[in-house]
This record gives sequence, C-alpha cells and structure tokens, in this order.
Amino acid sequence: MTDRAGTAGRVVVVGAGHAGGTFAALLCQAGFSGEVVVFGDELDPPYHRPPLSKEFLSGPLEKWLREPAFYAEQGVALRLGERVVQIDRAAATVTSENGRTWSYDHLVLATGAASRWLDVPGADLDGVGMLRSLVDARVLRDRVRAAGSVAVVGGGYIGLEVAAAVRGNGTPATVIEREDRILARVASAELSAILARFHSERGTAVMTDSVVRRFDGEAGRLRAVVVTGPDGDERHVPCDVAVVGVGAVPRDKLARSARLTCDNGIVVDDGARTDDPRILAIGDVTSRPVRGVTGRMRLESIPSAVEQARQAVATVLGGPAVEPEVPWFWSDQFDLKLKIAGVLRGTFATVVRGDPGAGRFALFHHREGVLVAVETANAPADFMAGRRLLTAGRPVDPGRLADQRIGLRDLVTV
Amino acid sequence: MPAITYVLPDGTEKTIDVPIGMSIMDGSVRNNLPGIVAECGGGCSCATCHVHVDAQTRALFDEPAGEETDLLEFLDGADGDSRLSCQLIVTGECEGIRINVVDSSA
Repeated sequence: MTDRAGTAGRVVVVGAGHAGGTFAALLCQAGFSGEVVVFGDELDPPYHRPPLSKEFLSGPLEKWLREPAFYAEQGVALRLGERVVQIDRAAATVTSENGRTWSYDHLVLATGAASRWLDVPGADLDGVGMLRSLVDARVLRDRVRAAGSVAVVGGGYIGLEVAAAVRGNGTPATVIEREDRILARVASAELSAILARFHSERGTAVMTDSVVRRFDGEAGRLRAVVVTGPDGDERHVPCDVAVVGVGAVPRDKLARSARLTCDNGIVVDDGARTDDPRILAIGDVTSRPVRGVTGRMRLESIPSAVEQARQAVATVLGGPAVEPEVPWFWSDQFDLKLKIAGVLRGTFATVVRGDPGAGRFALFHHREGVLVAVETANAPADFMAGRRLLTAGRPVDPGRLADQRIGLRDLVTV
Repeated sequence: MPAITYVLPDGTEKTIDVPIGMSIMDGSVRNNLPGIVAECGGGCSCATCHVHVDAQTRALFDEPAGEETDLLEFLDGADGDSRLSCQLIVTGECEGIRINVVDSSA
C-alpha cells in the first residue's frame, strides 16, 4: 500500500489523454516516489484536444500536454501504442495486448470516450470521417484543404467548431442537426438561436430537424449526404467531406469486463473511486457526481478531467478531499470565445446582459434568482462573475441582474 | 536563458532557466511545479495560471489585454499585482525576476 511520505508501489494508468497525462504529472508533483506506468492506445504522447476541432486548419495540431521528454524526466513510463486488454482484480494485475502482465497497487482508468458512429448506408465511403484523435485531425485537415464543400453531421460543440474552421478557410459548410435546434442537449434555446444566426450570417447552412439517411458516393468517394427534413422530403447535400460529430460514448468495456459498476460510464464518487478500493477512474469515461446536479452524470470536458485527476491523486496519496468545482466548458467558434459554467436542467428563467447581435453577451440562467448556469461569449468578466455566483449559491435579484446600468461588481460582492 | 524564481504557494522557491519566447506558465508546466494548473494550455481562457508580480517586474512584460483584465477582475485572490502567467512572455530582461505563484488548484 502507499502512504504520503516515502510513497512506494506501482500506479498503473490506462489511458494517455488529458486525464491520464494530468494525473501522472500531478502524482509526481505531489512527491509520489513509486513507479508510474501510463498505457496509451495512440502513438502520440498526451496532447491538448481542443485545437483538433478549433484550429485544425489554421494552427499547429500538435500541442502537447507536456513536452514529450517530460515523462521520462519525471520517472513516468509512458507505454504508447500499447492497449490494455484485461484487468484481473483478484490478482491486481493488468495485461496488455502483447501479453505482458503488470501488477498494480493502484489502477487508474482514464480510457476516455469514443465518437458515436452513424450507422447508415455509405458511412464507409472515402470522405466520411469523425474527429477524436490527433490522427483523425491530420486526416481531416488534408481532406478539408482539398474539399469543395464540407458537411458536418451533428450540431454539437465539436461540429460547430469544425464548421467555423471550415468557413474560416472559405470552404462552403453545411451543419445537419437531427433535433429542432443546434446544441439541443447542451445549451439553452437562447444560445442555440444566437449561435445558429451567427453561423448562418457567416455562410454556414444550418439544417435542423434533419435526419441523415445515407451517404451517396461515386467510385467509393463521397458525393452527398442524403437527409430527410421536417417535411419528410429527401434532400441531397452535396459535399466531398462529411464530419460526423454526433456525440461520444464512454470507453468502459475494460471496466465492464472487470465487473466494475458502470452506468453510462464507470461509476465513481467524488474521490474518483470505483467500487474496487484499488481502482480509480477519471475523465470522460466516468459517470461522476457533479456539483449542483442531483445524481451522477458524464462530463466531457478538460476542467472535469483535471478536477478528477486531482481527486485521484488525493485518494492515492491519502490527502485531503478536493473541493468540488462548478463544471465549466469552453468553445471557440469564429471570433467567439464561449465559456459556460453550470449544467442546464429542468426549468429556468434567463437574463441577457450585453449584446448578442454584437457577439458579446452573457446569458444568466436562474431559478428564483439562484443561478444554475451562465453562458457567455466574449464576456470573460461576466463568465467569472457568473462562476462566482454559482459557487456561492446565493440568490441575486433578477431585476438588478437585467439592469445593464448596474455593474457586475455591484452584483457580485467580492 | 533567464533564471526565473517561482515562489510556490507553500512558500518554497524554485529557480529555473526559462527559454526566451516561452511564457512564465510554460516554465512552470515543463518543470511540473505546483500551483499553476494551465487547463487551457495557454489560451487566456481558463484563468488557472494566476501569479502575483511586483510593479517593477510587471514593467518587463506587455500590458494585459482586456480579456486578461476581465478574467482577473472576478478571480479569487486577484489584486493589482495579478497577471495570468500564460500571457507573460520571457525576454532577455527577465533574468533574476521573482514570480509569486497562486494555487490555482485550490
């Protein structure tokens, strides 16, 4: 077993994404002197994922979480391109695909999420792809640069970021969304409407209530996405490239095979513990308690992964519990820097501050003055003030909040 | 490479040579120093790389852009000495400076 001073033993991490990489770094930072082994399916060392969708046409794709030499310097054994295929909980070992078995004192599962695939005819055509990994982004960048037009299937954050990047490149883009508005599951109706208009004004065709039926091709190459619209009519969206961004599913197969409790992800507590005291789980693969939300949910976000990495370090080293954070997210679309805090569920009222038409605004969502979420664009002060109000949980007067003559500082007592 | 002293949240000090052109945040992240979390990797988005810098040292860096000032306004523990270290780019004049790191994970 491990203890805080003179820690020993081996910690095995499965998954070398933002969660796994951060956990390994923080464990070393906290003075852990045992062995840390990190397995990653991919050949690339841990990297920042946001540039893959936000700036895959304009900036460098490879933005490493830490310099590649960092891991060896810290004494972390990074085993890239080596998939873990089995956990033996009784023996406290994992087995990798090359048949080698590793014992562990603590095992941290950080296997992430996989893009949901669209199982329709023609999805295997050349030109249809998804965007999850650095390898996907490299392929997509080359495809989009050569494309005459691009269809994005799914109007979620990733899809909208991709569409914005494509338009920024001057290439025609169409976003195809099954629901009656973009961002239907994750944003308020107000934000959906503002962003739909923002994208349309910049030349993106935004189709809602549109279900993809198939991909049509010629000689194995994608030519069009075939959708049925709200009127039931079939429509062809011509394109050379289609990016499927219809959500993600937790990669919890390894955990399920080991009979860890899973329910839309590996079930963990606020110390990143699973139901096996030696096994922890962090990041997109987990179904976790979330501040301000009843029950558990899956969060696909970097702040959540980092928070859980800190929880896991505290659990492994027996340190003090980590204070739960209000969840938050960010997205960049065109010149909009969106920042969102809190989780929207149930009914709420909305106060708008700023000017949505000018691309600088904040939507404060509240229940009887108690903030439940804040959605902001190019309004970092409003975002930070909102996050503060969410953390405090203290009600504000919605009338005062709506009065733009009253400054944020007068609403948030610092 | 200028030697920069990071005064860590627990009061201990680490002096590190940080290459010119890198940010104060980069120097911390590369050396796995505690305090600076840098969730967004240096995009002036997350405000988890908060440091305090005295007036004389602040003069060695570019003035904060409006975005940084706005983020700092409602950040816990921020005051007139506050900067986001991802925006502090190291130059040849930075030799010997001291940076007081705030614990952004707390």
